[in-house]
Amino acid sequence: MVEVNLWSGLRQHADGKDKVKVEAKNVGEILKRLVEAYPGLKPQIDSGVSVAVDGRIIASDLTEPVYQESEVYLIQQLRGG
Amino acid sequence: MALDEQKTDGFKYVGTRPNRPDGLDKVTGRAKFGADMSAPGMLHGAILRSPHAHARIIKIDTSAAEALTGVKAIVTRADFSKNIKFAPGSKGATWSVLENVMANEKVLYDGHALAAVAATSQLIARDAIKLIKVEYEILPHVTDVDKAMAPGAPIIREGTADSSVPDGYHPNVVGYHNSGHGDVAAGFKEADLIIEDSFSTEATHQGYIEPHACLATLGQDGKGELWCTTQGHWAAQKICAALLDLETSQLRVTASEIGGGFGGKTTVFIEPVALALARKANRPVKLVMSRSEVFRATGPTASTSMDIKIGMKKDGTITAAQGTFRLQGGAFPGAPGNFTAMCAFAPYSLKNVNQIGYDVMSNRPKQAAYRAPGSPMAAFAVESIIDELCNQLDLDPFEVRLKNASRKGTKASFGPRFDDIGLVETLEAAKAHPHYSAPLKEGQGRGVSCGFWFNFGGETSVTLALSLDGTAQISVGTPDVGGSRASIALMAAEELGIPYEHIRVTVADTATLGYNEISHGSRVTYASGLATIKAARDAIKKLCKRAAIKWDIPEDAVKWQDGCAVPSGPNAGDFDPIPIKQLTATMGATGGPIVGHFEANPEGAGVSFATHIVDAEVDKETGKTSIIRYTVVQDAGKAIHPTYVEGQFQGGAAQGIGWALNEEYIYGEDGRLQNSGFLDYRIPLASDLPMIDTVIVEVPNPGHPYGVRGVGETSICPPLAAIANAVSAAAGVRLRQLPMSPPRILAALKVK
Repeated sequence: MVEVNLWSGLRQHADGKDKVKVEAKNVGEILKRLVEAYPGLKPQIDSGVSVAVDGRIIASDLTEPVYQESEVYLIQQLRGG
Repeated sequence: MALDEQKTDGFKYVGTRPNRPDGLDKVTGRAKFGADMSAPGMLHGAILRSPHAHARIIKIDTSAAEALTGVKAIVTRADFSKNIKFAPGSKGATWSVLENVMANEKVLYDGHALAAVAATSQLIARDAIKLIKVEYEILPHVTDVDKAMAPGAPIIREGTADSSVPDGYHPNVVGYHNSGHGDVAAGFKEADLIIEDSFSTEATHQGYIEPHACLATLGQDGKGELWCTTQGHWAAQKICAALLDLETSQLRVTASEIGGGFGGKTTVFIEPVALALARKANRPVKLVMSRSEVFRATGPTASTSMDIKIGMKKDGTITAAQGTFRLQGGAFPGAPGNFTAMCAFAPYSLKNVNQIGYDVMSNRPKQAAYRAPGSPMAAFAVESIIDELCNQLDLDPFEVRLKNASRKGTKASFGPRFDDIGLVETLEAAKAHPHYSAPLKEGQGRGVSCGFWFNFGGETSVTLALSLDGTAQISVGTPDVGGSRASIALMAAEELGIPYEHIRVTVADTATLGYNEISHGSRVTYASGLATIKAARDAIKKLCKRAAIKWDIPEDAVKWQDGCAVPSGPNAGDFDPIPIKQLTATMGATGGPIVGHFEANPEGAGVSFATHIVDAEVDKETGKTSIIRYTVVQDAGKAIHPTYVEGQFQGGAAQGIGWALNEEYIYGEDGRLQNSGFLDYRIPLASDLPMIDTVIVEVPNPGHPYGVRGVGETSICPPLAAIANAVSAAAGVRLRQLPMSPPRILAALKVK
């Protein structure tokens, strides 16, 4: 299981939890399992999120691997100017 | 990517300063920008724009314009896709672009497009625009962020808010972000001094000198060509195809040279309109915006209203920090309240932090990205409070920042732990810089600030084709906004072992490469550079294979060294090196063309920090501020072409000076923009600027083969705050509102 940290604004859609454990081998699976467990997260995840894995911010690639001990944070989808 | 694969020293070409390959074209006028292209039979377009901030369109009568000799086509919203449906938040992003490109039922801001004409001359097109009769029902409007959130404010579009917005907010609040960690209330109890204050910044324009311009051709068969000034032609292709119901691959888009973008050319405005006109007239159509149109209808940055509260111990330790950031982003969702909040406290290692961001709609043009969207405003507010805390506790601003600085392993204010970062190195370099200890004269003040930006990777595709003579042609898909062709050629030269001058880098059109993300997020030298290095290594592998065949030894017994194939060790055999030229000269007979490719979405951009020092002098009689001295210290990871890295540093500081001191969108009571020209919207001139000194710090980014971090955006994060701190010190009063124009400074001095 991978522990996923949610930003405060997402917690209203995850029964108030700030951390959620999901079974996942990569970033794409994390997002899929989160939506399965908490359908209220779907609109936010569908409209785009980035995932920080051990401090490295994965802006959009769903194939990036994650491990049981990985530190995982959902963050707002990045873009720039 | 593991660090042991990283090359951080021993470079031959990387780190040198050759002339940029596009330099001669640009100084001789040979370079072709957006408005420089023509086509046989070309028509000229013009766009009718709303004079009202908010109005319902009752009727558009184009009959008189159609009757004008020389008019060949008129388009309104009816000529665009009907398949794009409104949806809340970013799910409705394509609909928002369509609605912004051409209004439908309502005009939402002064300058909003609602019809366009193509005619045989620009003059006729402009005359025809005046003949279009529009019946409006004027609606109440709002242009101020705080007023737009208040109960009773005119609603821009009901139902736009996404699921992030908690119940109870005005419908103009369309996005909400809340993040942080620890217990802020408990943290404030530990503080010896708490300062809480409010700040605001006005919308500013990216101020690129080249207005938006394009030339479009689109046949009834759905095949089209688009030439345009853009930061991302694949994005332009995708959006235009959607807005006009085209097959994406049938629209080929070529990026012209670009006269500045800074984030403002990451979307489309006139391109779909030119295509719609071209399709209707069945002739090429050229559209060029006037400066006034650029101001009225293209993306300024968001305006802000911010509340900051920070607690500090007497020794300078920050015990808690809290910020609320309200961003006005025009008549569509997308203002970066989230990034503003996430960047605000990123330079600091904080036990207790909370940040809230709002995306708020108003009757203004759709905001667009502007270098590190949101971060400069956040830094202005936060770093002003840090400065005030240092003043009141009599602490050195660098000592305090160093004491609280984010380092490798720090839990960032926005969540994850930082990897290798260079904030401390920039602070130490700034503290040791002679600027910081130089004496100040009467009436002058010194300010410092840190700044942070995330940077970005994104989809990237590069092809490197070798020529018969051993030179290389590289096709990249990222428009060159800051000298990237030079840095890409340097990285290829380093890998291939051939001179910089033997490489030509071309920004290829959309038919030539796979999808390339826009040149944004400071990503080009990072991502296209990484892709170039990998494409060069792919070509080298193929070169080594040709040598292996010639020597009749295994491929892995050949390595590449100084532009030659050589045996990889004594056991591989005793052969003379084969220079690249010999391998390419015979490539037709040894297996065909040698081309290296790389296509990926590199995810290791590496965040970036900067520290700035500014000296300002305030004339207390007139309120005029002069910037006397300016020093930028920034972590570049690895400076591939130091001159263009320094140019980015200086450019960020220069734009920051304009933003801090003079630039602002001024709206009248009628909701109309009052200063849509460079006479009344004052960007800094060379004569307004001091020499901007630069210090390049290099803390390698683990996510790039040479350690590169993007540098284009972070340089605009600290200036607003550093200048505000300098001006506040010089004036003897805290300035809380940008720009710090002479009337505002005089007003602040009056109430002092």
